Amino acid sequence: MSEVRKVATRVSYGNALAELGAKRDDFVVLDADLAAATQTGMFKKAFPERFYDCGIAEQNMVGIAAGIAATGKKVICSSFAMFAAGRAYEQVRNSIGYPHLNVIIGATHAGISVGEDGATHQCCEDIALMRTIPGMTIINPADETEAKMAVEAALDHDGPVYMRFGRLAVPVIFGDDYKFEIGKGVELKEGSDVTIIATGLMVDEAMQAHELLKAEGISARIINMHTIKPLDKDIVLKAAKETGAIVTAEEHSVIGGLGSAVAEALAEEYPVPVVKLGVYDRFGYSGPAPKLLDEFGLRAVNIVEKAKKAISMKK
Amino acid sequence: MDNAVKKDLQITALKVRMGIIEGVHSAKSGHPGGSLSCTDILTYLYFKHMNIDPKNPKMENRDRFVLSKGHAAPALYSVLANRGYFDVELLKTLRKPDSILQGHPDMKHIPGVDMSSGSLGQGISAAVGMALSAKHFGDDFKVYTVLGDGEIEEGQVWEAAMFAANKGLSNLTAFVDYNNLQIDGTIEEVNSAMPIDKKFEAFNWHVIVINGHDFDEIENALKEAETIDKPVAIVAKTVKGKGVSFMENQVGWHGSAPNDEQYEQAMSELNAQLAELQ
Repeated sequence: MSEVRKVATRVSYGNALAELGAKRDDFVVLDADLAAATQTGMFKKAFPERFYDCGIAEQNMVGIAAGIAATGKKVICSSFAMFAAGRAYEQVRNSIGYPHLNVIIGATHAGISVGEDGATHQCCEDIALMRTIPGMTIINPADETEAKMAVEAALDHDGPVYMRFGRLAVPVIFGDDYKFEIGKGVELKEGSDVTIIATGLMVDEAMQAHELLKAEGISARIINMHTIKPLDKDIVLKAAKETGAIVTAEEHSVIGGLGSAVAEALAEEYPVPVVKLGVYDRFGYSGPAPKLLDEFGLRAVNIVEKAKKAISMKK
Repeated sequence: MDNAVKKDLQITALKVRMGIIEGVHSAKSGHPGGSLSCTDILTYLYFKHMNIDPKNPKMENRDRFVLSKGHAAPALYSVLANRGYFDVELLKTLRKPDSILQGHPDMKHIPGVDMSSGSLGQGISAAVGMALSAKHFGDDFKVYTVLGDGEIEEGQVWEAAMFAANKGLSNLTAFVDYNNLQIDGTIEEVNSAMPIDKKFEAFNWHVIVINGHDFDEIENALKEAETIDKPVAIVAKTVKGKGVSFMENQVGWHGSAPNDEQYEQAMSELNAQLAELQ
């Protein structure tokens, strides 16, 4: 097998902006002095007159984005997840969420795979924060293909969209024939014993877990939940009914993220065992991203372990 | 300014003030003090200055207004109602569960409200965004905002001020309603933002200091603003509670509603001033 191509979703995001910028001129891009890191720099280089640097002032950047959107124009604002969702949370809630404005928040460097920068920059709470805002759409792409499709879909979406991208290069797992629709989970592998619902870089790990489980005679369904809000309840309920056990996998706190969303939905409509894999209520620390993913247990082998646990809990 | 025009504005402002008292009394809560202090500024903007159309609140190239000190919503609503955006009677439904008139401005439901606001410091950023949008997309509308003097303690205001000057947003004018009182006391006592004019100057804004209750001065400042090639801050010295004797310069009237007796007194004072003008 040839070497799998790897691209960080932040790079895919930057490429998507530059490509879309060539196709259409109906949007502007804002950043807060992180263009080189968030990769909006690619758009800035191609279309300097359509890019505005707000400086190190994320709260104001979010407000400016709201003001632009309030005039009926399209706008994308970018920073690290920590600052976009964390520092500017209240601005996102009150200036964008409450008036339900068409602003895309492109948040990069999400999760512990930020790596060496350590805990202050490893945001594992952004999905939880954004989920609490009424009307907010949250998309966490798994690879380059999905990231690019998601950015384009978000530009034409009605209402605010929070997009979550990573710093670490991840395998490109989807081809050009991949179909992306906001709010629609994707079944990547059929399975009948357990369902693994993954998002972001955990989707590739889940695909590997599928093979590991298969070798042990366990049939695991794999669902890519790229949109965490609104959650595709239909695909979750179907999986619960047909496989009877669920594992969620995300590079985010187990408090308030994908796992919570799935567990909440099932608890109210069709309770089955839900085992959550994620960051267990702790801060990250500095280190190479791959090593951190190992140490935080965000790997295929960990998913396998959780899958077995979920199956053992079936009634 | 022509005396007849000025008199008309003064009469309108008194009606706006009555609408504020009406709304806050009916709601049994709200912010009369800071609404009354910015009444003349809002009245001038909506009745004399801005390019707007009450019959077409979403008119494409209209001038935009953001009430950054969103708690002065009763003033904005009363101005909008008196200007014809909606029925003046609606002011009595302020803050009630089935009313469009939310405690703070809501752009989704209130005709004429260009931006939701209320969390201090955020409105000016939105106004800056609107001004940037106009410049970027080649629209020639102007953007106005009113900040509270207490509000400018929020760091976000200065983030916005820095950006607006850096990007040369000459289509943006920000009033500071300088009534010198905030909830916990005088501005100096709580956390002095003084000198306000020098701060905006230091942020590369053009600054004009006026009496915020004098229509000639408001008009002249806005005319001057149109000739300036950078964002303009109009620091408007005002009286909190202006127009109602027992509310004037009383911090207690920042966020409390008049009881029935106080309501009667306030309305009779405003009516007397109106009779004098008419």
